[in-house]
Amino acid sequence: MSAVQEALPAVRGSRDAIVRRFALTDAIFHGMTRAAAILVLVLLGGVAISLFAGSWQALSTFGFSFLTSESWNPVTEKFGALAPIYGTIVTSAIAILIAVPLGIGIAIFLTELCPRPLRRPIGMAVELLAGIPSIIYGIWGLFVLAPFLQTTIQPFIISVFHGIPGLNSLFAGPPYGIGLLTSSLILAIMVLPFITSITKDVFDTVPPVLKESAYGIGCTTWEVTRRVVIPYTRIGIMGGVMLGLGRALGETMAVTFVIGNAHRISTSLFAPATTISATIANEFTEAVGDLYTSSLVALGLILFVITFLILAIARYMLMRIDARTGA
Amino acid sequence: MRHFIRSTAVAIAMATASTFTLSAAMAADLSGAGSTFIYPVFAKWADTYKKDTGIGLNYQSIGSGGGIKQVIAKTVTFGATDKPMSDADLEKNGLVQFPMVMGGIVPIVNLTGVKPGELVLDGKTIAQIYLGAITTWDDAAIKALNPTLTLPSTAIAVVHRSDGSGTTFNFTNYLVKLSPDWKDKVGSDTAVEWPTGVGAKGSEGVANTVKQTDGGIGYVEYAYAKQNNLSYSKMLNAAGKVVEPSLESFGAAASNADFKTAKNFNVIITNEPGDATWPIAASTWVLIHKAPEDAAATGEALKFFAWAYKDGKETAKALDYVSIPDSVVDLIKASWKTDIQADGKPVYAGE
Repeated sequence: MSAVQEALPAVRGSRDAIVRRFALTDAIFHGMTRAAAILVLVLLGGVAISLFAGSWQALSTFGFSFLTSESWNPVTEKFGALAPIYGTIVTSAIAILIAVPLGIGIAIFLTELCPRPLRRPIGMAVELLAGIPSIIYGIWGLFVLAPFLQTTIQPFIISVFHGIPGLNSLFAGPPYGIGLLTSSLILAIMVLPFITSITKDVFDTVPPVLKESAYGIGCTTWEVTRRVVIPYTRIGIMGGVMLGLGRALGETMAVTFVIGNAHRISTSLFAPATTISATIANEFTEAVGDLYTSSLVALGLILFVITFLILAIARYMLMRIDARTGA
Repeated sequence: MRHFIRSTAVAIAMATASTFTLSAAMAADLSGAGSTFIYPVFAKWADTYKKDTGIGLNYQSIGSGGGIKQVIAKTVTFGATDKPMSDADLEKNGLVQFPMVMGGIVPIVNLTGVKPGELVLDGKTIAQIYLGAITTWDDAAIKALNPTLTLPSTAIAVVHRSDGSGTTFNFTNYLVKLSPDWKDKVGSDTAVEWPTGVGAKGSEGVANTVKQTDGGIGYVEYAYAKQNNLSYSKMLNAAGKVVEPSLESFGAAASNADFKTAKNFNVIITNEPGDATWPIAASTWVLIHKAPEDAAATGEALKFFAWAYKDGKETAKALDYVSIPDSVVDLIKASWKTDIQADGKPVYAGE
């Protein structure tokens, strides 16, 4: 007993030292992670500021008309962003319209219906789609998909809707093979894995007891999916959709190859159009003259703002589902 | 596609060559950036020149606009552009420019039953097609130029470059000279506001879109059309003669161009006079600083250019470029002596 009491101060001394050391490493760790987090904010702020500074000349020259004018004329230096904004939003929207039902369908199949041995290969195949570089999608779109659409699908659709008012202008020729719809299709394939994997993850958050109860009172798989799983994960699915949308809005290379790069707004989905990122990729290297360059940077700023808003909404929705599941 | 693969192979070869230089730590490489049009011949020249002298060339083909920006920022020793800089801009940035090589631009078409080189077009008609005023191949204006051909009533699918390009600059420059309508409505630049048609990225994009579209028309560099066996058209030139695209007809355009009186060698060789002249020829200019900070690097670059003018003729021809005529080369070398100086002495001390 007394021997132990005599030994205590020594032990306590070394213990204090150890605790101090732990506190110090913790403080360093804390500082470093915080610095990393702040760095992201600084970078984002820096990007926003330099985009704003770079586009100032264009914004001050054209003012609000930059957003409403369709003219994009490097010769007379009259620039307006309406055609690329329109193209960006329309291609992304159509891509989402195609990819969401597909993605949700795949996710339901994988979580509810798929026989176990098939689950991994199908899941892997979908994930692999995300790994294909966008330039490959672009070249494949230009050399394989576009000629196929041009010779088979487009002439057929044009002849079917010919003479139906409204639809005939939505699907008006000539069939170039490249255009709004072709890039929407490519985008749909590109965002599919994102939507699928997020949807699959949120489906997995549904408590089994809910599903089992539903099955217990005699629901079919369709009813369980429709009345239990989807309502429970609605916000999470929306978050996944928004992430996919963010990806579609910014996609550059694949779209540049297949959209037809025409600064025009036309009613036909087969007509060539352009998007913000395609315009920048196409014209930045050859843009001689300050106002031209500045207008391209201003396009970048617009895309930055659009994407930022979309992603912020997506994050908010995913956060709400996390809060609900108590994760 | 073959051209694409070949240029990729050249790029890989260049990349390997340049890494090899780095590891060998030999004399400093020349650095340049700009025109994609001149890239294949630069790559080939650089390859031979490196074997001869041990000095390599690091040339980034990022487009003329990029080349201009980089040479102004002094990140490279020289820039290369398909669109000459204006006198005021050269003055402002302390640059000189001189032509390095020439080539031709040809209209390509995709018409069932019309073989390569059978169709004849002229500038006015092409302008009307690209304005969207002529919409079918059996239009009276096209028929008048081709009385012996049976032309289909296919709709014309207009294809243009979507990326800014020197090819577009020269092509539209020609249309401006031939068509007042085009001049008023569109104008000429590396990128313009196209009234109609679809944009394709790069020459390979234009070529492919035309190949895939029945009734398509586009424009590409001659080398590209020739190496890919595209269906090109003949042209009616300023002298009213029908000419085939060939190195001879581009050469005729070059030799009829008046470089002697032009300030800063600023001559666009479209619609030049002469019976044998191809009407849409194009040059690529090199841009370099008048009072270089690194006189040694500039001197080495000029040495390489002098070598290319003299010993690179065969290489240029093999790749379907036209060399700068000797009379013009003499003018260029004389201008180097007077214009490009450091410490009051000419940077280039060649012959």
